Parts: sequence; structure tokens; C-alpha cells
Amino acid sequence: MVKAKIATTSLAGCFGCHMSILDIDERILKLAELVEFDKSPINDIKRFSGQCDVGLIEGGCCNHENVEVLRAFRKRCNILVSVGECALMGGLPALRNGIPMTECLKEAYLDGPSVVDGSIPNDPELPLILDKVYPCHEVVKIDYFLPGCPPSADLIWESLVGLLTGREADLPYELIKYD
Amino acid sequence: MSDKIKFLMEGKECTGKPGQSILQAADDNGVYIPRLCYHPDLKPGGSCRVCTVNVNGRNMAACTTPVADGMVILNETEELRDLRRALVEMLFIEGNHYCPFCEKSGNCELQALAYRLKIMAPRFPYMFPERKLDATHPAIFIDGNRCIQCGRCVRAAEEVDHKPILGFIGRGVAMRIKAGSSKGLAGVEIGPEDACVKVCPVGSIIVRETAYRTPIGKRTYDHQPIGSDIEARAPES
Repeated sequence: MVKAKIATTSLAGCFGCHMSILDIDERILKLAELVEFDKSPINDIKRFSGQCDVGLIEGGCCNHENVEVLRAFRKRCNILVSVGECALMGGLPALRNGIPMTECLKEAYLDGPSVVDGSIPNDPELPLILDKVYPCHEVVKIDYFLPGCPPSADLIWESLVGLLTGREADLPYELIKYD
Repeated sequence: MSDKIKFLMEGKECTGKPGQSILQAADDNGVYIPRLCYHPDLKPGGSCRVCTVNVNGRNMAACTTPVADGMVILNETEELRDLRRALVEMLFIEGNHYCPFCEKSGNCELQALAYRLKIMAPRFPYMFPERKLDATHPAIFIDGNRCIQCGRCVRAAEEVDHKPILGFIGRGVAMRIKAGSSKGLAGVEIGPEDACVKVCPVGSIIVRETAYRTPIGKRTYDHQPIGSDIEARAPES
């Protein structure tokens, strides 16, 4: 049997959703039977080896690099899943959306109480920050959404197994939570 | 005239009392019609339209329409479910609802409705509006970010607390709840025990120093969907 290929990434997230993926505990052995991990921080593979079946996206888009990675995932993954509140609605990073960019950067790098001789970072190697944090589905087409902060391991497991085996996922009421 | 009103709800024969709204009669028959701006202690507001049902082929708000003899009512059609989902999704994108750290999470009626309606993500783009926080009062604050303009607090202040200290300003998408004083909440007589504070369905009106007391797993909507208590009233068939 050809194993399904799965890729994951964390954009403007905290890696909590990836922790929740690992939280499936010993079921990870069964997952290893079902899938082969492609580009993912879990195996530290940096580049796509080819077309993947499922892509899991943690975090929203706060800078140009996030957008580029997300677009690459859309191109390389047949099914793209937004995992967690940040991917779904921006989450904590989106708290800056109501604050003008200049004010944000000044507070962080110039006027903050702990800043000494501050300057706003402007290295060409740094990805440019976006005007606001965008939910992933406002940047590319997303096929499925797993809410939660983080989504529980059971929700991730049930959904993933559903996707990989082609049966409708059995998601009891208690699994779908926004916190 | 008979004091019993007979109507059909999802094909099931139900009875109501004169003067009851469709929503109240449905509650008595153990049928839960999703609702948000309605509160049993207050006059119906009819503003959120989440309780829209199909009555004899037309859609109407169940909280403001009196139940009448011979009504044929549909509640759980796919069309109505989608309409309700769209309404709740619009409330989510129109405000700043950060469930992960909200004090009300787990006890929030907006969130619970979204759970019940199985909303995984809103179909509309987020607006991330600029909303204000009134933190002038020592015991209570109003967070405009989370307000859904249901008007429960305004009605409760008038009808139950008998002190119209809260009101609406602005119109349409710019409508906001505001305390009736230039000093904000600090300038009005309001306390944690007031009905206007307790009826808030979301995390907009919060009593300070009461947050996060209930652990996850023990909050109101952690295990049972909103409306389960009403559905439990259904007579055994």
C-alpha cells in the first residue's frame, strides 16, 4: 500500500498545535503506518519531496514568509487543513490588528519600558511584516478547519484518520471547542 | 375560546397557551429553538433573528410571533440551520471574539450556539473592528470587542433593575452599548448583582475578580450542547 504523504507547518503560531498532534500518544505508531511525513517541523524536513495528500497549517499569516509558505502548501498539498484558532482567525497575534503598525513597532522596538538604544529591525533577511494578521482561509483556499487552542489530540486524530481512510469523521460534541 | 392552542412543530402535535410566543410554547414542549437575544426574564427583543422558524411557509422570529391555532412550524430544516449559522458567523466576524483567553469561554451562549450549529470557521472575512473597553468601574467592565449588541443588558436595566443606565449609541454596524454617563460605567449606579450584568450572553459585561474560577470540563457548555435542558422537557413519546 502506498502511504499517504502529510506535511505540516507552523506560521504565526506557538507550536501548541504541533504539540497537540504529538499528544495523540501511542496512536502515533498507527499514524506512522498510515502516513509518511514530508516537509514538517516534526521530522525537520525543510523542502517538499513531491505532491502531498494532506497539509496541516498551524498559525495565521503575519508576514510575507508566512504567505509564501502557505501558498507553497496550497500548491503542494491536495487537501489543506487549518489547525487551531490562529490559522482560523489570527488568534493571539491578531490582537495587533486594531493597532496601527507604526504604533506597534514603536512600542516594541523604541518606546517599550525595557528597550535600550532601540531600533526598528530592517534587515533584508527578515520577512516583511504584513499590515495585519490574516486567517489562512483569507489567503488561500482551505478545505477543512479544526478549531481549538489547541485542537485536542482526539479531534486531530479523528479528523486525520477520517481524511486518510475516506470515511466521515465521527466528531462528538465535546471535541469541537474554540479554546 | 379554548385556552389550549394546538400547533404542529416538525410534524409533532404540540400545545401552547394564549399569549405565548412560538419560542415559549416550543420550550414547554421540549423543542429547542436556537436563540441569542432572547432571555426568559425579559421582553423579547427580536433583533438577532437566530430564532427564525418557518411558520406556514414563511420565516418569522419565534420570540416575537405569538403562537396560534393550526400553525405548522418547521425548526430544523437545512435552510434554517444555514441561516442561523450565517447569523452566528456574522456575529463572530463583526466583533473581536478571542475564545482562547476569554473569561466567558465555556459559558458563552454565542460560542455554545456555534458549537451546536457545528461552525468550524466563519465563511465571511474577519473585520477586526476597533472597539472600546469601558474599565472605569471598580467592579465591572464592558468590553466592546465581545459585544454582540443583543440588547439584553439594556432591557434588563430597564425592566428588571428599573434603572435605565445602559443604552445604545450609533446605528447599524456602528451601534454600541454605552453607560449613560460621561464618566462611563463609573458614573452610573451598577453592581455585580444587577440583572443587566448577569444577562450578558457573551464575555462583554464582566464582573472583575471572578474569571477562570470554573475549570475546563466543568463549565456550562463543556459536555452538553446549549438547549439540552429545554430538550429534556420533551414528553416521552
